[in-house]
Amino acid sequence: MTNNDVPQGGFAEAGADLELVGITKRFPGFTAIEELDLTIPAGSFFALLGPSGCGKTTTLRLIAGLEEPTAGRILIGGKDVTATKAYQRPVNTVFQSYALFPHMTILENVAFGLKRRGIKNADPLAHEALRLVELDHVAGRKPTQLSGGQQQRVALARAVVNRPALLLLDEPLGALDLKLRRQMQVELKDIQSEVGLTFLHVTHDQEEAMTMADTVAVMNKGRIEQMGAPQELYELPHTAFVAKFLGQSNLFSGDVVSSSSTSMVVDAAGTKIEVPLARAQRHSGHVTVGVRPEKVSLHDSEPKAASGRNVIGPGRVTDVSFSGVSTQYEVTVPQHGAITVFVQNTSISSLHRDGDSVWLSWSVDHAFGLADEAEGEPVSRFHADLDTSMIAVQSRKDLEAELEEA
Amino acid sequence: MRGFGKYAIWVYSAMAFVFLLIPIAYTIAFSFNDSRRTNIIWTGFTFENWFTVCEAQTVCQAFGNSVIIGVVATLLATTLGTMIAIALVRYRFRFRNATTLLIFLPMTTPEVVLGAGLAAQFLQAGVPKGMGTIILAHTLFCLSFVVVTVRARVASLDPALEEAGRDLYGSPTQVFWRITFPMLLPGIVAAALLSFALSFDDFIITNFNRGADVTFPSYVYTAAARGIPAEANVIASAVFFLAIALVLIAQLTAAARRRQLAKAG
Amino acid sequence: MAFTAFSSSTAAAEPVVRRKSRVALFLLLPGIFYLILFFVTPLISLIITSLQAPDPLIFGQFVNAFNWQNYAIVIETYGEQAVRSAGYAALATFFALLIGFPLAYFIGITLRPYPLLQSLALVLVIAPFFISFLLRTLAWKQIFSTEGPVSGILSSIGILGPGESITGTTFSVVFGLTYNFIPFMTLPIYATLVSLDLRLLEAGNDLYGSPATTFRTVTLPLSAAGVMSGTLLTFIPAAGDYINASREFLGSADTTMIGNVIETNFLVLQNFPAAAALSLLLMGFILVLVAVYVKRSGTEELL
Repeated sequence: MTNNDVPQGGFAEAGADLELVGITKRFPGFTAIEELDLTIPAGSFFALLGPSGCGKTTTLRLIAGLEEPTAGRILIGGKDVTATKAYQRPVNTVFQSYALFPHMTILENVAFGLKRRGIKNADPLAHEALRLVELDHVAGRKPTQLSGGQQQRVALARAVVNRPALLLLDEPLGALDLKLRRQMQVELKDIQSEVGLTFLHVTHDQEEAMTMADTVAVMNKGRIEQMGAPQELYELPHTAFVAKFLGQSNLFSGDVVSSSSTSMVVDAAGTKIEVPLARAQRHSGHVTVGVRPEKVSLHDSEPKAASGRNVIGPGRVTDVSFSGVSTQYEVTVPQHGAITVFVQNTSISSLHRDGDSVWLSWSVDHAFGLADEAEGEPVSRFHADLDTSMIAVQSRKDLEAELEEA
Repeated sequence: MRGFGKYAIWVYSAMAFVFLLIPIAYTIAFSFNDSRRTNIIWTGFTFENWFTVCEAQTVCQAFGNSVIIGVVATLLATTLGTMIAIALVRYRFRFRNATTLLIFLPMTTPEVVLGAGLAAQFLQAGVPKGMGTIILAHTLFCLSFVVVTVRARVASLDPALEEAGRDLYGSPTQVFWRITFPMLLPGIVAAALLSFALSFDDFIITNFNRGADVTFPSYVYTAAARGIPAEANVIASAVFFLAIALVLIAQLTAAARRRQLAKAG
Repeated sequence: MAFTAFSSSTAAAEPVVRRKSRVALFLLLPGIFYLILFFVTPLISLIITSLQAPDPLIFGQFVNAFNWQNYAIVIETYGEQAVRSAGYAALATFFALLIGFPLAYFIGITLRPYPLLQSLALVLVIAPFFISFLLRTLAWKQIFSTEGPVSGILSSIGILGPGESITGTTFSVVFGLTYNFIPFMTLPIYATLVSLDLRLLEAGNDLYGSPATTFRTVTLPLSAAGVMSGTLLTFIPAAGDYINASREFLGSADTTMIGNVIETNFLVLQNFPAAAALSLLLMGFILVLVAVYVKRSGTEELL
């Protein structure tokens, strides 16, 4: 069998735009992705961030061609690739488990894609890619002889060497320890700017997404909740999910009681909280507003009321945890519950102790208003993403059930 | 108490090993027996039997038949069994449970039943018994063992490897031959070796379906009544040494590779 | 390996399941066709044969009939041999477990710190497979024979009376069966013990379990799959075996097992209906046993 449909010959000079139009993916029994529209411009480092089961891995597998969408179109560089198979797409993936072929040497692994496309000087190009990840000296070894970090770099080289229009990274740092992760984050970023490809990075680690990507899309329940530059997402979350998943937030709900031309005031259980209109998604009715913990200041006594500052109190310090650079306080205020405060440890003596009575305040400019209501417990910590196997298990069970019915 | 327990299991196991090896040692020793007609009583040491092994022609011919049957049945069973194993793990189809049952039933059926059943069928169909029917019978009982062995290997194969192959521009055929098949190969080889061993040493099923053709075990069985020539011991011993050598080489190279790996890592 | 055939194997990764049925069909059909042709139809042949009646015209020939009395006759005639077979097989399974379990424990756990020794010990266990089953059994016959060393010693100390021999007795047949099936018992148990996490045993000891308690409450349940698979791999072939019990090997007329009866009826007496009926009864008995066993031990993954 010849491979005429496989992308032949030269490399993409730069990445290509990726466009998802109305993508829906249903597995028997559940919907993984609902009506997803997404455009990733060429040359960007784009992160898809979300908890397990949010549909991000499915999105990636759809783009790679490992799954077929139920509805919608996928365009790469303006060309519709929805109907093409995985091996016909100019897309390469760095798998979560790296998926290095254990029966081949490192060089054979890296040259695999080039050889399938019938490229003549596959070996020299593979060596070049290995030099890029500084692993050319292990070209003759087998994958099992390499450490986790080295395997990760080989997986990267194996994908990058093909100069794909789009490089997909499926939680590629998940298996590494913290120190190695940090190191790889920097290396990945360097390589991306060096080769200039479009990177699509899927992760559940918000810190990883924020440090590496220039655009982050937060995904939840098969939809994209918010998309933008990391700082923008952090400073101005639009939904409760983003506010809680990307870092921590203190949220308050209440009715808008008054508003001026620049700001509105919300009555949250008797406390007046002012929010700039420009930073609020909704301007009337029952709304949820919030502030990031590090923007909140602690006071021993009630601060003087000042315009431009929201004040809450008194509350009682119920938990203090010291983490070197900063201290995290949990302050319980009647009617508001627990409020989290981060304080930089700029002085040596600790000012507040468990049980102290304190007041809280923050600048109005730092408050934000959400488009939806806060619901239930915050989702902040997730285990390694098990999306792929979860989907496989689920689809297998459903298939079996379906066949038994038949 | 603890020390004693530790000591006891070494002694117990050593005794068990000796027990396992006694008849093997006996068989090998009597391949060097300077016997005339029967090879029951030790009459002196000689290498003679080893040099004249094929002078007792029937022994050598029986051995040759066993090798031919073993090779052909192994090829058939390994091919069919590997295909089934892949299908069982990778695909869901309507009669999957029934199929699984059909594959495992021969393993829970006593050999004498398999042998008698096939013989009854060959009898009813008027098929003359001989090498052909022996091969058909051996393929049958090897098939289930191949499926079980290869299935475990298929099941432990990381699906991401094949996905990576597809992602790296490998067509379905290329992915199968360059990734799936090489990854399954150790399992397939193990299954083939097992098949050959089972076929080579089978007596019961063979005995029902052999007609006038003689395999090595059936030769030993018929000769047992009047005494087995030392040449049979020679052949059995030679096969034993060959098999043990192969296994030891495999084990030692694996150990060496592990050590090398440990050094590299 | 196939010795773990009856134990559960947990797949490392959940495979991606496909439903392209044409490929599945291509993979399955040849093998399934083979099994139907050479396993299912022989069973049907056996059923037909087992119901045949003697030809009224030609002596020694049989015609198709519905002569179900064949079953009653063989049960009546060979009941003793059938019970003996079950008894011998059960004894052999018990003794093989008695020898095989400690051996498997020794190789799988005691020898774990010595990988080279461990692989050599494993080779020793499978070594009997490499030398003809019949020759090994014959070797025992000759070791036990009246002229052999064992009989000599036993006679001189008076355990064995004049004219008595070891071969041809229940002892020698069960001995032979036990010997021949020890590897079948040891290997599956080894397979479960070798992957047993030793930290579990340490945890057992740490949680105030004496070595005996830890063995009973941790090691044994965790090796149950191997024990089950080993006992089945021993009992099934032992129940149908006719080499050990045959006169030319370790048995005599007093130790005839069901396998011998089937063989004699089929190949010597050419009483095909009787042989077929006996075969089906044996198979039915084993299937019921396996089903009950599997159900009791709750291992549905057997198949």
